[in-house]
Amino acid sequence: QRCLDCPTPTCMSGCPVQINIPTFIKNIERGEFVEAAKVLKETSALPAVCGRVCPQEKQCESQCVYTLKMNKEAVAIGYLERFAADYERESGQMSIPEMEAPNGIKVAAIGSGPAGLAFAGEMAKLGYDVTVFEALHEIGGVLKYGIPEFRLPNEIVEAEIDNMRKMGVKFEKNCIIGKTITYDDLHQMGFKGLFAASGAGLPNFMNIPGENLIGVMSANEYLTRVNLMDASNPDSDTPVQQGKRVAIIGGGNTAMDAVRTAKRLGAERAMIVYRRSEEEMPARLEEIKHAKEEGVEFLTLHNPLEYEGDDKGHVQRMLLQKMELGEPDASGRRSPVAIKGATEWVEVDEVIVSVGVSPNPLIPSTFSGLDVARRGTIVVDQDTMQSSLPDVYAGGDIVRGGATVILAMGDGRKAAAAMDAKIKSEKNS
Amino acid sequence: MYKVTDKELFSANVVKLDIEAPLIAKSRRAGHFVMVKVGDKGERIPLTIASSDMEKGTITLVIQNVGKSSAKICSLEVGDEITDMVGPLGRATHIENFGTVVCAGGGVGVAPMLPIIEAMKKAGNRVISVLAARTKDLVILEEQVAAYSDEVIITTDDGSYGQKGLITNAVESIIQREKVDLCVTIGPAIMMKFVSLLTQKYEIPTMASLNTIMVDGTGMCGACRVTVDGRTQFVCVDGPEFDAHKVDFDEMLMRLKAYN
Repeated sequence: QRCLDCPTPTCMSGCPVQINIPTFIKNIERGEFVEAAKVLKETSALPAVCGRVCPQEKQCESQCVYTLKMNKEAVAIGYLERFAADYERESGQMSIPEMEAPNGIKVAAIGSGPAGLAFAGEMAKLGYDVTVFEALHEIGGVLKYGIPEFRLPNEIVEAEIDNMRKMGVKFEKNCIIGKTITYDDLHQMGFKGLFAASGAGLPNFMNIPGENLIGVMSANEYLTRVNLMDASNPDSDTPVQQGKRVAIIGGGNTAMDAVRTAKRLGAERAMIVYRRSEEEMPARLEEIKHAKEEGVEFLTLHNPLEYEGDDKGHVQRMLLQKMELGEPDASGRRSPVAIKGATEWVEVDEVIVSVGVSPNPLIPSTFSGLDVARRGTIVVDQDTMQSSLPDVYAGGDIVRGGATVILAMGDGRKAAAAMDAKIKSEKNS
Repeated sequence: MYKVTDKELFSANVVKLDIEAPLIAKSRRAGHFVMVKVGDKGERIPLTIASSDMEKGTITLVIQNVGKSSAKICSLEVGDEITDMVGPLGRATHIENFGTVVCAGGGVGVAPMLPIIEAMKKAGNRVISVLAARTKDLVILEEQVAAYSDEVIITTDDGSYGQKGLITNAVESIIQREKVDLCVTIGPAIMMKFVSLLTQKYEIPTMASLNTIMVDGTGMCGACRVTVDGRTQFVCVDGPEFDAHKVDFDEMLMRLKAYN
């Protein structure tokens, strides 16, 4: 009831998919929870997911009038969104949004992460015959392999995907576009528009000595084993190392997910090693707070220089360089500078490298004529998300590099609108 | 989907399966592999495609029973289904007319080498295949290999079939006998290491197909990373084939023991 129902709701401008925030909140106030969920679904394909994983303090809640004008705590928009979506799901009356009559035109999303799902949901609503192609054996992309169960239960992702199936969206798992099926094959199959949302799945390493020792792995590998393959469950065939002294290198959400996972898998000492200070950490404030409450140690202003192993090649300790903050860099963040001579060895038996990801090269390398930027991202028009190939649109991390779930979903929505407009104008001309 | 259409026992521990996968059968080339998962709680393991039949829409996998997951796959019968299978993955083998190519395969490594032998022969190469196994029962695909080879040499550790001795002895005798332009080696890591050391001595270009631990097989995790020429490479997307003389086999052997 704190929402003031502003005449020009600034919160909405902070939301990448422009959810009608005051309307859904007023529905909750009236006790019309299912109605509230319907409002969410007008613009968001996965409200139960976004309510949980969006960095609201940087988006909707940062633009709330309480934050902007009154210097008070913002309305808890994220929690309310989560409540409405959860209520609807648990009530067993999950509705499918209003849909236009089928138009028989085939379009495809490449990748079933947040961008692909948002695109698929929008196009299905507009009456298109939508297929989503996924390389892995489960639908959901980072929602399944990356974000852990304690932050986003798989059951919730599955429920939202099931709802999309009810909307007529088809899902093809175990299918790699560019390998199993080529760009030309898709044309022959009659697809009129493609949305490339293959993400930034390629993990970066630091290329320092000892990084290939046993026990040193990417956050993607660690989280995929635990989340997608259920490796901590004794019934699962996939193994995972369960270290006692675990260091996670990095300060993003992925690092927080990995460190909190390590804690749950029995780490006695779980450390975040980050080269800047806590203020510069890109992770959500809430995740940092939870990690601290769970007993994670924060070694900020530290950067690994090398790892050393035992005679079997298993990582045993890491050499850390102490840092201080220098001048702001091009991105405006103060850049870390090594303090000469200030190093220390710390014992570890597992190291998880979480220093970012690069765009997956599969689509860029197998679609000839596609413009790709220097860092491997697909070049698109900012407004329409259209690439240099007229029938290929792209969005999410394959365009942005590593970004957020909700930005990816915003891209999916934008691409859907633009592709729809283009297909309809061609039909009429 | 992914139904087993044919099964053959090569030996007590080695099974050949034909599996329905028309899209993969159509797009695969020599050197490609698939990731396979059996059951909901199964793990994803990499297996090289030994051959395919486009008309039937099937691919052929040869699996050695070495642990829990391979045992699960080996126990599948005709009509059973593989839960998940994705491919073709990795880079296809670079095939051209090199001249004389020695293909040195050990154990079950002969299966992934078969499509390379076939493609090399079709490209006009003189192909000499060396098949090594611990004992007679473990020699596989001899007939199929012979169909595309100018010469087949078989070695067994115990001398129960063919020449007695290691694969390197047989390869070295070929090198001493005639000019070899390229060597291709697939088998246990330790065998590839010693073949590579041998051919390095004679400065013969050598290609090895690496078999590291993999999880997704699409380049998103780096579990399969190896050091090649001082740089970290992902076997699943940059390989599986690399210039053997530049591979850090000792590091690879170490990493293969991560979960032992």
